[in-house]
Amino acid sequence: MSGGELLLTTFNGLSFAGLLFLVASGFTLIFSLMGVLNLAHGSFYLWGGYLGLVTLGATGSWVLALLAGALGVALGGGVLERLVFRRVRGIELSEVLLSVGISLVLADLALAQFGGDSLTIAPPAALAGSVELGGLVVPRFRLAVIVAAVLVMIGLAVLLRRTRVGAIIRAGVDDEEMLDALGVNVRRVAAAVFVLGALLAGASGVVGGVFFGVYPGADAEMLLFALVVVVVGGLGSLQGAVVGSVVVGLVYSFGVALAPDLLYFVLFGPMLLVLVLRPRGILGGRL
Amino acid sequence: MSTFTVAGLAAGYQGHPVVDGIDLTVEPGEAVALAGRNGMGKTTTLRAVMGLAEPAVSAGSVRFGDVELHGKAPHHIARAGIGYVPQGRRIFRSLTVAEHLAVVARPARAGYEPWTMDRVNELFPRLAERAGQFAGTLSGGEQQMLAIARALMTNPLLVLLDEPSEGLAPQIVRQVGDIIAALHASGVGVLIAEQDLSMVRRVADRVYFLDRGTVAAQVTAAELDAHADLLERHLGVGAGHA
Repeated sequence: MSGGELLLTTFNGLSFAGLLFLVASGFTLIFSLMGVLNLAHGSFYLWGGYLGLVTLGATGSWVLALLAGALGVALGGGVLERLVFRRVRGIELSEVLLSVGISLVLADLALAQFGGDSLTIAPPAALAGSVELGGLVVPRFRLAVIVAAVLVMIGLAVLLRRTRVGAIIRAGVDDEEMLDALGVNVRRVAAAVFVLGALLAGASGVVGGVFFGVYPGADAEMLLFALVVVVVGGLGSLQGAVVGSVVVGLVYSFGVALAPDLLYFVLFGPMLLVLVLRPRGILGGRL
Repeated sequence: MSTFTVAGLAAGYQGHPVVDGIDLTVEPGEAVALAGRNGMGKTTTLRAVMGLAEPAVSAGSVRFGDVELHGKAPHHIARAGIGYVPQGRRIFRSLTVAEHLAVVARPARAGYEPWTMDRVNELFPRLAERAGQFAGTLSGGEQQMLAIARALMTNPLLVLLDEPSEGLAPQIVRQVGDIIAALHASGVGVLIAEQDLSMVRRVADRVYFLDRGTVAAQVTAAELDAHADLLERHLGVGAGHA
């Protein structure tokens, strides 16, 4: 691999890491406060992509498409939290099974509505084409995804570390019952976090539609990636989602470039190693 | 403030009753102790009052003035004016001292001097010095003070304290006792579950002795010395130490 290829593969890995972080941060946020391993998160991603695609087709506006994907899924996630997840709160097996059931229903609904073809979302005109970056020619959109992921990471870090709402979320992660007994309606906070996680999944669905297209099965693939990210980084940890995304993004990118036949081994090997050496993930347990 | 009344409270864990038929009252601004050895139902009573997931309450009522609290969610009970300082302190380890106070702060009730960050810092100068420190790094005594300060920031009319002396050195127990006495003097009602006699003497106007899940006796603080038998039976304190 030449120096240029090495740099380009690294760049591709980092841009994929950006997308992974957008998906996994919501996934890990929901888990950290609610203890729900929301296996419908991949479906949220898929539906974000389809909503973005439809809106882009109808309006031609990428901003509206992104908003539709993010807000549409946030709204749907809010309804699901209120009507379904809240009823089984704290019953882990029911929560996980319900999320699996919901993901199956959402996947079938998407298939019935949009068919089985892979549909591509065109990048916004301003981010189409390539740009030269230190002698490396890279797609503008991928560069924008890295920037967006960093901005979202900073935004989430500020929310969690510097605001009262963030302190409430961290307190809820530490001891939910105690927070409730001190007058904070934890259920409402948890619902807000669920909606935020769904919003991030929806937005990343639109972004991912540019990367890989929108197609049946993208939900399960992205859920699997998110799971690997949070297992490697540490479930329930925002920093862990950052570390996990970068590790998985780079491993995937180099795996595709160097050993495409061994891709799954290359991807799951590190996860296995992390689980053996650090069962809670690299940064597990710290929000 | 209104009178706090627990009547016929029965509660337990996984179908096993722990308290059965607890009756007690706390008059406005009064400090009342629930005394008894380990396993007699003190913690269960306070947890049941707070409406926590466990124990399951099978009978009884918990009223604060005209408001029935039994069956309400813990945050509703807290907002009704009940502050809670749990056994084991249960501080939020990933929050700083200042964040602890900020996340639970609620507006004061009309007619009561509000507990603000400044007022709490005045009562707990040690915490004020450690405002930016993560709570998990505090000493046991400081964590206990933080648990009390945190409850005060909810601007309660009555504070429930569950064994605040537990695991603390005698000198720290005295400091915590002084603080509880100070907040009682400021007009906040106190219901304290405790088995440390010095703490009971320091803060309580009246004492209920719990024995195997029921109220076995009730005396005023002034009558404590005349009941060496109760102290021995329920707190394991010999006559010579009473």
